[in-house]
Amino acid sequence: MTLKPRITAEAASQSMAEIEPKYRPQEAKVEADRCLYCFDAPCIMACPTGIDIPGFIKKIATHNLTGAARVILESNILGASCARVCPTSVLCEGACVMLDRDEKPIKIGRLQRYATDHVFDNKINVFPVKARPNGRKAALIGGGPASLGCAAELARLGYQVVIFEKKPEAGGLNTYGIAYYKLTPEVSLAEVNLVKSLGVEIRTGIEVGKDIAMDKILAEYDAVFLGVGLGNTLKLDIPGEDKQGVVEALEFIDWIHTRPLHQVPVGERVAVIGCGNTAIDAVTQAKRLGAKEATIIYRRGEEDMPAYEYEYEIAKKDGCAFLFHTAPVEVIGNGSVTALKLVKTRNNAEGKAEVVPGSEFTKEFDMVIKALGQQKQVSMLKKLVPDLALDKAGRVVCDAQTGQTNVEKVFVGGDARNGGREVVNAVAEGKKAARGIHAWLGGQVTAGPVQNSRLGNKDGITGSGFDHPARVPELEAAYYQSKNEVRHG
Amino acid sequence: MADLSVNLAGIKSPNPFWVASAPPANTAYQCHRAFEAGWGGVVWKTIGDPIVNVSSRYSSLDIGGNRMVGFNNIELISDRSPETNFREIAECKKRWPNHAVIASLMTDTRENWHDYMKRSVDCGADGVELNFGCPHGMCERGMGSAVGQNPDVIEAIVGWVMEVAEIPVIVKLTPNITDITRPARAAKRAGADAISLINTINSITQVNLDNFCPEPYVQGYSTHGGYCGPAVKPIALNMLQACASDPQVGLPISGIGGIGNWKDAAEFIALGATSVQVCTAIMHYGFRIVEDMIDGLNDYLDKKGMASVNELRGRAVKSVDKWETLNLNYKRIADINYDKCIGCNLCYIACEDGAHQAIDLVDEGGRGLGPGRLPGKKIPQINVEHCVGCNLCSLVCPVENCITMVDVETKKPHMSWKEYQTKLAAGEIERIPAHP
Ligand SMILES: Cc1cc2nc3c(=O)[nH]c(=O)nc-3n(C[C@H](O)[C@H](O)[C@H](O)COP(=O)(O)OP(=O)(O)OC[C@H]3O[C@@H](n4cnc5c(N)ncnc54)[C@H](O)[C@@H]3O)c2cc1C
Ligand SMILES: Cc1cc2nc3c(=O)[nH]c(=O)nc-3n(C[C@H](O)[C@H](O)[C@H](O)COP(=O)(O)O)c2cc1C
Ligand code: SF4
Ligand code: SF4
Ligand code: SF4
Repeated sequence: MTLKPRITAEAASQSMAEIEPKYRPQEAKVEADRCLYCFDAPCIMACPTGIDIPGFIKKIATHNLTGAARVILESNILGASCARVCPTSVLCEGACVMLDRDEKPIKIGRLQRYATDHVFDNKINVFPVKARPNGRKAALIGGGPASLGCAAELARLGYQVVIFEKKPEAGGLNTYGIAYYKLTPEVSLAEVNLVKSLGVEIRTGIEVGKDIAMDKILAEYDAVFLGVGLGNTLKLDIPGEDKQGVVEALEFIDWIHTRPLHQVPVGERVAVIGCGNTAIDAVTQAKRLGAKEATIIYRRGEEDMPAYEYEYEIAKKDGCAFLFHTAPVEVIGNGSVTALKLVKTRNNAEGKAEVVPGSEFTKEFDMVIKALGQQKQVSMLKKLVPDLALDKAGRVVCDAQTGQTNVEKVFVGGDARNGGREVVNAVAEGKKAARGIHAWLGGQVTAGPVQNSRLGNKDGITGSGFDHPARVPELEAAYYQSKNEVRHG
Repeated sequence: MADLSVNLAGIKSPNPFWVASAPPANTAYQCHRAFEAGWGGVVWKTIGDPIVNVSSRYSSLDIGGNRMVGFNNIELISDRSPETNFREIAECKKRWPNHAVIASLMTDTRENWHDYMKRSVDCGADGVELNFGCPHGMCERGMGSAVGQNPDVIEAIVGWVMEVAEIPVIVKLTPNITDITRPARAAKRAGADAISLINTINSITQVNLDNFCPEPYVQGYSTHGGYCGPAVKPIALNMLQACASDPQVGLPISGIGGIGNWKDAAEFIALGATSVQVCTAIMHYGFRIVEDMIDGLNDYLDKKGMASVNELRGRAVKSVDKWETLNLNYKRIADINYDKCIGCNLCYIACEDGAHQAIDLVDEGGRGLGPGRLPGKKIPQINVEHCVGCNLCSLVCPVENCITMVDVETKKPHMSWKEYQTKLAAGEIERIPAHP
């Protein structure tokens, strides 16, 4: 087996360092002063957790950093990790009005990081006042962003909250999955501690359905939240898939998060199958950890790839290679992988990828990373809550505003509900479910922190992104399509 | 969490942040929105005989990318009837019993002042503010700053008002006067409970170079407008300190002028204000700015270990004194941090052409290259002999904390101009030689 560590600790600490360094005070001040402090700001609408963005930026401008962090964390308890991992160019920053003034959008993510780092680095408690217990108990299955978002909101509404997490640490993919150069596990664990400080109990190393029965939880608690995320990576379904050196993207990424960086085994020539954001994370990190060559293999073209533009840019900058219109047909090797048998593909008339006859070729690789996306946890969900309604894609069906499933007591949020989106969506859905639980149990849910216009929060895209999340590229595409126009510039 | 509540001459409010008498305080609707957003008090838009306003009313001073650094207006007092205004004040008080609602008044005769005072009491206002400040329009009719500029008239009118005052009376002063303490003392003599300052300053913000008419203009003609906004803060602070430190004034003060965030407010309070009032910043951004004011002031007080905003009040008043008391033997000089210097040489040219030729451009001399400095490019160096410690270079330097001013040990005893004169007269010391 040729997988072995290929980089010194020192080199790793450099190559895996955070790509966007922290703002210095003056940089932050100058950037904060650039914000116009819009009313009913589009950036707020494009934030799924509805953070009062101009509000916190204004506070950075007046050196009220603790207040700025409080604004962020009140809306989004994982504001520090979201500041680092959110695809801001399609969320808040993609909606910033500056774009329409032909200026760079305000660097909301970096400002958010600046404010939240301030309270984490200086150990400032932004929520000194504990909520009065309301006597109700909620159990949250899984300890990822969705459950943490739900837990924080419930705790602040006075609930006794217990999170069950099967891994040794909570945080979900924030702790074990996100690219290291965006978010280190330390930041994620600091956020887990923040949630604990609100009075939330986190029982790690407990897998629900194995170490504790779901029925017992359902009987003991007033409400249950499912934040179980997604399952393992999809299979390639080609011969040789079980050879040594073929690993799942999530497994490889897990090594990065659980071992010292200079002890993470990598191949010399690494193939990554797939071209989503996970594939990009895998290929760039393989390269950064010392692989000579790291290549994405994708059966469609550059224009079809699901990864975000800026993710693609990172991989290109890191010197990763891309084989588009190519698909693996067999893993070759004697015990360990030595090469991949590949074919060229093309898009047929219906836009589907088809094999180009006679195009077979082989290419040498000693590591193959499978990144075809994660499976839904259909069998586990069915086992935990047999009556639970799932859609065809394996997502848990629920009410859009409250997260309530067809099983009254059971609420859902995060990847298990949306099929896999972003951390910020998971937090927002967790928060929605918390309010849903509270309302279902007869509690009063207050409005968001932003003062409405005279016309109030109407339906549609006005007001907070928490109530009416708006995805800028999707909205724009729909708008221009409806006008039969192409967008220029 | 510090206690932010204040009591200005008997007017209580949950925090020191009040909406100033101006367009944001025009209606009950705005008053509700202000209190919902977190403001502690509202000084109603000045009530009087309803006026008629002109169209095109405001103008501003913009600097670089910043809009409305200074703001001026040629608007008059309320254009709504006193009946409507007093009725709406009553509505607001009913809904917000613990917040301060103050009626701002402007009228002429003794009878009218008595009438307005009684109606203010009847509508449930927590106090009144007498507008002796408006510098345009109203003064031509013998009101506003025409009153505020004449201490005797202030004394007479406040006297009339006090004859029937059952609630606290605040006198709002105009800054369009040489010595602000004179009208303040007059208010005190007449028995006023508090003063507020400043109202707007006479101004012309800009001249349109195509039609040769200043902005804002009304069909080709303009008039002197009242100036306010961030740019007037230093003037307001100066007048606030003058009144706060004058024993013959000795009245609680509501500070106004250029306040936009918690820091501005804290500075006003440190210079003696009990409450602060805001107009322009609300006109720019809306009532929501109060949220940072409350939060930021709270955080600041916590950090300083002050349990109440009252502990901050007046903390800086004593540290302002006459020039003649300052120590002539104290010295500080500029110090450049070469790790931060970006090599723009703005400090050099400022000192060379605008100050004391105390910065040299020298070889980098082993100091290494800072951010943005070209190899071989000369770098600025403070000449410690020539530096007089004026601060100019540190004010000009675009990099935060790059040039700092550091104390120099002069080994000389404290000696103010006053002491110098005494010692000189007594023949105890030599005359200090003139600067070469
Ligand atoms: C490689 C990779 C990179 C990503 N990069 C980004 C990025 O840059 N930016 C971004 O915004 N998003 C990114 N995402 C997506 C993001 O991580 C997820 O959307 C988010 O973590 C979903 O949160 P969740 O709480 O729903 O699920 P998860 O984070 O998956 O958490 C679910 C948790 O539940 C636990 N669990 C599951 N079953 C049980 C059980 N039966 N009992 C107890 N515990 C259980 C799991 O151990 C896990 O900790 C990335 C995802 C991947 C895979
Ligand atoms: C458009 C406008 C109208 C104003 N009208 C009044 C008024 O009716 N009565 C009054 O006492 N002051 C009035 N003012 C003055 C303000 O109350 C305040 O004293 C001044 O604007 C300084 O504060 P600022 O810098 O926060 O704006 C007005 C100011 C503006 C800009
Ligand atoms: S849209 Fe841009 S400029 Fe406007 S508030 Fe948001 S970040 Fe600031
Ligand atoms: S601010 Fe309102 S009232 Fe004034 S000019 Fe603009 S639209 Fe008209
Ligand atoms: S002004 Fe500041 S940055 Fe510019 S040369 Fe002088 S010390 Fe350096």
